[in-house]
Amino acid sequence: MKMNGARILLECLKLEGVDTVFGYPGGTVINLYDELFSFKEIRHILPRHEQAGVHAADGYARATGKVGVAIATSGPGATNTITGIATAYMDSIPMVIITGQVPTALIGNDAFQEADIIGITRPCTKHNFLVKNVKDLATIMKKAFYIARTGRPGPVLVDLPKDVQMAQTEFHYPDSVEIRGYKPTVEGHSRQIEKAVATILSAKKPVLYVGGGAILGNASCELTTLAKTLGIPVTTTLMGLGSFPEDDPQSLGLLGMHGTYYANMAVSHCDLLIAVAARFDDRVTGKIASFAPHAKIIHIDVDPTSIKKNVRVDLPIVGDVREVLSAMLKVIEEHGSERESFTAGLAPWVKEIADWRVKHPMSYQQSSSVIKPQYVIERLRALSEPDAIVSTDVGQHQMWTAQFFSFTKPRTLLSSGGLGTMGFGLPAAMGAQAAFPDRQVMVVCGDGGFQMNMQELATIVQNRLNVKIIILNNNFLGMVRQWQELFFDKRYSSTCMELPIDFIKLAEAFGAVGLQATKPGEVDEVITKGFATEGPVLMEFKVAREEKVLPMVPAGASLTEMVLAS
Amino acid sequence: MRHTIAVLVENEFGVLSRVVGLFSGRGFNIDSLTVAPTNDEALSRITVVTRGDEQIIEQITKQLNKLIDVIKVIDFEPENAIEREMVLVKVAAEDNNRAEVLRIADIFRAKVIDVTPKSYTLEATGSPAKVSAMVELLRPLGLKELVSTGPVVIGRGSKGWRG
Repeated sequence: MKMNGARILLECLKLEGVDTVFGYPGGTVINLYDELFSFKEIRHILPRHEQAGVHAADGYARATGKVGVAIATSGPGATNTITGIATAYMDSIPMVIITGQVPTALIGNDAFQEADIIGITRPCTKHNFLVKNVKDLATIMKKAFYIARTGRPGPVLVDLPKDVQMAQTEFHYPDSVEIRGYKPTVEGHSRQIEKAVATILSAKKPVLYVGGGAILGNASCELTTLAKTLGIPVTTTLMGLGSFPEDDPQSLGLLGMHGTYYANMAVSHCDLLIAVAARFDDRVTGKIASFAPHAKIIHIDVDPTSIKKNVRVDLPIVGDVREVLSAMLKVIEEHGSERESFTAGLAPWVKEIADWRVKHPMSYQQSSSVIKPQYVIERLRALSEPDAIVSTDVGQHQMWTAQFFSFTKPRTLLSSGGLGTMGFGLPAAMGAQAAFPDRQVMVVCGDGGFQMNMQELATIVQNRLNVKIIILNNNFLGMVRQWQELFFDKRYSSTCMELPIDFIKLAEAFGAVGLQATKPGEVDEVITKGFATEGPVLMEFKVAREEKVLPMVPAGASLTEMVLAS
Repeated sequence: MRHTIAVLVENEFGVLSRVVGLFSGRGFNIDSLTVAPTNDEALSRITVVTRGDEQIIEQITKQLNKLIDVIKVIDFEPENAIEREMVLVKVAAEDNNRAEVLRIADIFRAKVIDVTPKSYTLEATGSPAKVSAMVELLRPLGLKELVSTGPVVIGRGSKGWRG
């Protein structure tokens, strides 16, 4: 059947199973929007800024595991998506971003609302395509989705000139595509897997160090089985939180800059580090030279470039994390008796870690007069549903959430780890809520990050998205303030927000409910009421202004040089 | 350590900038770069000369392989490869120098491709070492201009890159 490019695009989205898109109309996508007007199979959500639209599609992708889709017009619409795309790229989130482009005849002419978005997004996409001929559109869309979701996932941008949207052709969607330069490795090398198991079974002080890839690769179940079968302690990165239940005694929580004392000590003293789909980010390793100094390192990752990028690796395994872990489990089964003696032999190591945990547990100083932000996070966990989805912004509240929420399920924490994008939390929660209307979805943010995308209150209210917004308000850009306190002699340069915003009135102005707690005794009441209230609710907690995120490994220091909570 | 890497890529617009962008974005060096289509017109071949320790070269080849449009990356071992580049050199050549320039050209089997009363322009082809040796001999005579293609490289033996 003959149809125009705009319609073909929508048919492709439908065939890829896309049910929700986040997009903002404009001159060069007006044809696409005209088709969308009568295309009922796809729900379109209009954000109030293209950046938020991309974050929302990103949140949708993180929560569901499906490819998130965002649309923007050419020029400023397209350039507004950059931060969103870069955020997804750094965290390997599968997304397809569709941008309008000026008609092909005008490309390069400095036409109205023209931007070279292909050139601009080249370093922050997994791949991108400029569609020059409508006949190529269906194949390009197939490739875009295939590239976005396979291998190490990532955002793919498709730039679609206005005349290509209008041009007609026969629509045929290919069943599969062949890209000769793109063949992601799925199965791990069997010899390497056997070696890895042998190495694990001969270790005395092993630690599993798990990254976001375990969640992206849907490998939580295999990971948990591996850890439980062998009794190996597990620490995760920020992106890996939820891949292994944090309420399990084997969980050491977060490692790295704001990781637990016992996780960092365990990594620093282990004889074997099993890195599962993690990329040895500088926030995790601290000073590279003293990272896991006594350990052999096994590194499982789907992306060969992650291996030996930052640290030496003794045993690399390239492959899909779930496939590799399943294969390892099979090999382990064959080592029945060895396995038991291995686990029994871990007792002294488990004891050593338990002693570290007793010496310096995760803690904070409770107060009866002022709300401690960590307390709010603990109460949120206690009063929310077990499968609640929590998105965060970036900064102190993000770290407190990571430290104190205790994530037990994959895809329940949505956070910008790699790029560290303030303004991410609110739209990401919006995207997750659109995907899971029946689940509890909340965003924990600071007063700073909230203000970076607070216009999305309009989108949330307009679309009746049941998002609970938790603002830990310290009237500071808290994380930078903390660094200024510790490393810049308390010279609080431009980190005090000064203007006291009435967030309650703000929520009400958008048609949402606003609640506020100023004393510790009010925290539970506000949370309970907020969760019980139908529809979007903003809960503001006036928290201790100069509370610090601790423990902290100063940038560039080794993991054993932690500043601990007093 | 100097490496000459051949990169076979889809012959499409924008591919070169992906490759070059990768080098600049990750702080890798490019000493020279040559691009042209191959016998398969759907493919272009980029030859890039770069330098770095083993870990950097490994990252460069892995990162290149990661690009969707890259079909194959070959990091040639010098002993298993033949490298050639071509230079065009304009040398000042008056009175007493004219014969000396021609002698050097003759030794390196360079061709004279343009002559004026004040200059010779030479064309020379060879390994980067040979070409650079000739250039160094010409330099004191008065080098007016030097253009180089940068090296291209091909593996020794009967097999093509596809094996």
